[in-house]
Amino acid sequence: MLVSFGPALSEPANRAALAFRSAVEAEGWEGVSETTTSLVSACVVFDPLTLAHADLSARLMALIARHDWFAAALPEGRRRWQVPTVYGTDLAPQLAEAAQVAGLTEGEAIASLSAQPVRVQTIGFSPGMPYLGQLPPVWDIPRQQDLTPTVPAGALVVAVRQLVLFSVTTPTGWRHVGQTALQLFQPEAEPPFVLRPGDEVQFVPVERAALEPLQDDPMGGATYQVIS
Amino acid sequence: MTSLRIQRIGPGASLQDLGRPGWLAQGLSRGGAADRLALYEGAALLGQDPGTAAIELPGAGGVFVFDRDARVALTGAPMAASVEGQALVWNASHLVPAGTPLEIGAARAGVYGYLHVGGGFDVPSVMGGRSAQFTAGLGAALQAGDSLPLGADPGSVTGQALDVDPRGSGGTIRVVPSLQTPMFGEATLDRFAQTTFARDARANRMGVRLNSDGEGFLVEGGLSVVSEVITPGDIQVTGDGAPYVLMSECQTTGGYPRIATVIPCDLPRVAQAPAGAQIRFAFVTLDEAVEIERRALAARAALPRATSALVRDPHDIPDLLSYQLISGVIAGDEDQ
Repeated sequence: MLVSFGPALSEPANRAALAFRSAVEAEGWEGVSETTTSLVSACVVFDPLTLAHADLSARLMALIARHDWFAAALPEGRRRWQVPTVYGTDLAPQLAEAAQVAGLTEGEAIASLSAQPVRVQTIGFSPGMPYLGQLPPVWDIPRQQDLTPTVPAGALVVAVRQLVLFSVTTPTGWRHVGQTALQLFQPEAEPPFVLRPGDEVQFVPVERAALEPLQDDPMGGATYQVIS
Repeated sequence: MTSLRIQRIGPGASLQDLGRPGWLAQGLSRGGAADRLALYEGAALLGQDPGTAAIELPGAGGVFVFDRDARVALTGAPMAASVEGQALVWNASHLVPAGTPLEIGAARAGVYGYLHVGGGFDVPSVMGGRSAQFTAGLGAALQAGDSLPLGADPGSVTGQALDVDPRGSGGTIRVVPSLQTPMFGEATLDRFAQTTFARDARANRMGVRLNSDGEGFLVEGGLSVVSEVITPGDIQVTGDGAPYVLMSECQTTGGYPRIATVIPCDLPRVAQAPAGAQIRFAFVTLDEAVEIERRALAARAALPRATSALVRDPHDIPDLLSYQLISGVIAGDEDQ
């Protein structure tokens, strides 16, 4: 069952979805097996043979009425990450094109994308993959019409005022503007996922040569501080 | 340590169990067997836990050699299987002697065949599962030359069979309305429910594409919906108007509008529909879907009690005279 806080991405809807999901988790209802979020919704996975649709719906409505979820605080224990990133070059060949679509020079594009941290709005699509935002309005650029057949894990791509950092090799319609050595999904590690919703990430520009030695480090040279 | 050696195997075969629930919020879908019911059937035949991993064989089989006597069960898409030239009945359990190749051919109907082994495979569980999940980089396709360690098998029964309704030819699939179903409008939904689709040649563990004559099922504004949580069974309408049923290994969010969602107990029939198979969709209400699901789960839970002794065709038994036939009935445990 999906509880949606808006038809389009907005900061308050995103905060509401994250906070509401935490609240459902805290209720510990029998029959609820799992919860998750999208950009603007909380999703409750349940067994309808244990917990009837109408029953769950009523409980969710009561929980919705309990707070102003749009005014909810961000998750506790958030962290601010610095991730070494090569912008452009052969490693991220669509920087120039993305800058042009946004009406910026390459230098302005790099400055704009790396100046401030962006926030993890949700994790999804593939394991550990963050949707990050929200970028300045100049980055409200569409996806390209054709898919890029493949970009590598660690690719930083941009569209619709958002960044995505890929955790696996994948085709994409977003433009590939940066490359990192950060492995977002490490199945053998504990925890296996690096980023959490609410975390902030700054993609710090580094020279192309600086990325090579970071390839051996699953964290790709990324560091963080807890946000107090 | 005992093991199964793979002498030959078709492309895309992998170890599959019931998947890894609990990681949706981290972007990892449950995954697991394309035909989950086949896992329950294999477990019932061998008297073991349905979460035991089996080898999933998409379309083609292989040649498998055990270094101990091994109990096996064969479920899912029926394939020609034999040991030393003796045909093995599908949807049944058998004893395969150590060192004797088990040969499994191409699927005769359906897509995914399953080879289950008593005691399962003693491979490490990663994040709560032994399934390969190709898109997540978890595990890998099995290759000729691979050797899989076997788990200890506390069981001893073989020669059991299950009477399984064939599910390898498509047919009418029951669906419920999904999140964006109303966007499509009544006329398009009626047309959707009256269309006979053919499964496209493109299908895998992530999804199954369906083709139809006439116009597609695109909806105004459909390509600008905000990405939402998706689940196996969701039917997305992609950019060219073709419906695409999401399967076990689908991503966790998707940006295409969903016209309907296949109810879980009908998903094995979508997975097992071979290329070109005809598929139609029938809407049922949520209440009807819950009731259908309740009955299906009850039937699944009763599988261990639904097995019966495998009755062999006497023509398939080479040394008939060596069997005890005084009562005219084969005991059913002649494999032991």
